[in-house]
Amino acid sequence: MGETITFWVLAVVSVSAALGLVFSRKAVYCALMLGVVMLSLAILYAVQDAPFLAAVQIIVYTGAVMMLFLFVLMLVGVDSSDSLVETIRGQRFWAVVAGLAFAALVALGVGNVVFAPAVGLGAVNAAGNVPSLAELIFTRYVFAFEVTSALLITAALGAMVLAHRERLEQKATQRELSRERFVKYGEEGIDPSPLPGPGTYARANAIDMPALLPDGKISKLSVNRYIARYEAEEGTIDPKVAEILEGEDK
Amino acid sequence: MTTHYLVLSALLFAIGGIGVLVRRNAIVVFMCVELMLNACNLAFVTFARQNGNIDGQVIAFFVMIVAAAEVVIGLAIIVTIFRTRRSASVDDASLLKY
Repeated sequence: MGETITFWVLAVVSVSAALGLVFSRKAVYCALMLGVVMLSLAILYAVQDAPFLAAVQIIVYTGAVMMLFLFVLMLVGVDSSDSLVETIRGQRFWAVVAGLAFAALVALGVGNVVFAPAVGLGAVNAAGNVPSLAELIFTRYVFAFEVTSALLITAALGAMVLAHRERLEQKATQRELSRERFVKYGEEGIDPSPLPGPGTYARANAIDMPALLPDGKISKLSVNRYIARYEAEEGTIDPKVAEILEGEDK
Repeated sequence: MTTHYLVLSALLFAIGGIGVLVRRNAIVVFMCVELMLNACNLAFVTFARQNGNIDGQVIAFFVMIVAAAEVVIGLAIIVTIFRTRRSASVDDASLLKY
């Protein structure tokens, strides 16, 4: 009875999270949804007498793999959203049709099989799940296990080779950089000094406080556009900053 | 109960497949592949209990290892492609077509 309840709750959660994975626009939401699916699958493993796999699922998948996904997502750019242009006409529609047909096919095929009552793992797990798994891995599957270690080493090497970048030209020295800055100043009039930090000469140095020039005016360069726009929407914006923004929008 | 688990596994696999076909962001496509692998693992674990035989759990364990290695290499490839093309969309990497 307890298993039935667990199954139905987790089935609903995992299927809706999987749908969320497919349909949510933002890639980070997709990653979180995948995490939900993986966690519910871990609980389903635990319910099905596979405590070792449940632990490995949480450690390897939700721990390592999901973190790697999020890490690369941040590296590649969180806002790299999907393009809505279809390269092949009608591809989305037919993909969904094919997916649904596949689901119906497999579900009906499995649903029509009459299974004998499950044997259960009580006898096999009598000595404990981990010892009996270890016995199998180190006897019957020992070759596969050794090959796995080769695979992992190859994967680690491959990742290092792929992520490594050869420097094609000499790194610019500080002298060259400063020369470049002053050439830009001479040609385009771009100020060679760093931008004024927020809050310089002001009474607070919060990021939303623009820097003041010696004559008391606000330095345009130091206005954080993002925060200012947010504050303008909220109506909490400093009128002086609002003036600068208005001048820009026109 | 076995049937229930298998149907859930099939559903998750199909959803993952739809995701692979529909989404254009390489990372999201990759996540959908992971979802399909996970669905397969669920079927393995279910069959292990159905047959009273722990081999299914061993296979699921190996699938997890291979999936971890695959994620490492796949994400490294995505990062490399992104570095040269400034895009993680699978549609942009189509040079082999010409």
